[in-house]
Amino acid sequence: MGKVKKSPWVLHYDGSSCNGCDIEVLACMTPVYDAERFGIINTGDPLQADIFLITGGINTQNQAVVRQLYDQMPRPKVVVAVGTCACTGGIFKECYNILGGADTTLPVDIYVPGCAARPQAIIDGLVQAIELFQKRSNKHDAIERRHKEEEGKKAHGKVSGE
Amino acid sequence: MSIKAVIMVISYIILAPFAGGLMEGLDRKISARMQGRIGPPVLQPFYDVRKLMNKQVVAIGVLQLALLLCYLTLMIFTGAIFFAGSDLLMCLFVLSTASTFMYFASVVTSSPYNTIASSRELIQIMTYEPAVLLAGVGFYLVDGTFSVAGIAASDTVMLTRTPGLFASFVLILLIKMRKSPFDVSTSHHAHQELVMGVKTEMGAQNLAIFTITEWYETTILMGIVGLFVVTSNPLSYVGAALLCAAVYFFLIIADNACARVKWTQMLQVTWLFTLFASGVNLLILMLIR
Repeated sequence: MGKVKKSPWVLHYDGSSCNGCDIEVLACMTPVYDAERFGIINTGDPLQADIFLITGGINTQNQAVVRQLYDQMPRPKVVVAVGTCACTGGIFKECYNILGGADTTLPVDIYVPGCAARPQAIIDGLVQAIELFQKRSNKHDAIERRHKEEEGKKAHGKVSGE
Repeated sequence: MSIKAVIMVISYIILAPFAGGLMEGLDRKISARMQGRIGPPVLQPFYDVRKLMNKQVVAIGVLQLALLLCYLTLMIFTGAIFFAGSDLLMCLFVLSTASTFMYFASVVTSSPYNTIASSRELIQIMTYEPAVLLAGVGFYLVDGTFSVAGIAASDTVMLTRTPGLFASFVLILLIKMRKSPFDVSTSHHAHQELVMGVKTEMGAQNLAIFTITEWYETTILMGIVGLFVVTSNPLSYVGAALLCAAVYFFLIIADNACARVKWTQMLQVTWLFTLFASGVNLLILMLIR
């Protein structure tokens, strides 16, 4: 079972946020907070990401994009909604184009409240996400192993059947 | 092949990824400290590769894995030629072939980011190749042999005779090791206008293979840097290690201090510098021989 929690790579996507939370997310990478000490890399590539960090609500135009990004991420993966808008839709909730928070489209695991969410809160959310990532990875490994065993049994059965 | 060569090759194949990974870890730590951050643990690159091996395999194309494995094999082969003390010219040619497979592994996915990054990768190969080959020629002009073992056993310190060739080789190391200002096709940092450049469509184990191959490459390139001071005197190996550390530190400083340039600037700067520094150096070597 691999220890994966030492290397959580983050994909940051800005939904229809006012950019307040995005600035705070980027602040987490600066000298004061330095999230890279946990091994976190802010990658721009969904294929290489483990944690999907989404800010801002979902609107009719970005829903397909968000779903696409989530689908491109290899398992195991964790979704973190940062800021009130990503949690519930926030002050934009009643707007004609807003569908609501990130959980209208994705299975959100961790909610980080705040308008804008503080770097401390974001890092706290990320640390929880890292623990969840490790748990999911363990489960993922167990499933993979079971598949392999079953396939092995099938192949063995065929050989002995002949 | 002598027993010594066999031992060198085997220890290279086993130890090179650890050396390369450690160097990358130190790079990230030192870079972080230069920026006033604490930075990740020194072993972080190894954690990253272990994580990548544990992820679900999302294959963009079946061919990509095969091409990446060719890249890895050729890179190991390059290092084996070098550390066995065999032909330096052959080693440099196999190194270029490995880079070509890296290009194919990227372009085969046919995503827009990869297509642009791959053409940039080709320009990079074109940019650094003259300096690499001229360094090989310089080794021959000083020691009269292309054999790595022969060059390492000579009595002249290569650096005293080939400072120009060495300078242009260090300059192209910026391209080879994907450091700013010449990290045109991809970068180790996430500030790429092409997402991750040639690495964009590599995920999970494919990216792990790519990373490990880069570690092998780093070790080979540092080996060539070391060859500039290695002589028959055993103490010169300490000098080689110090020179490698100094060069690597220079690369980290350049990476942190420079912004990325356009490919035209990269080509102009590198070729002009290679033409003058290496060219004048070669002329002098030919005249005083």
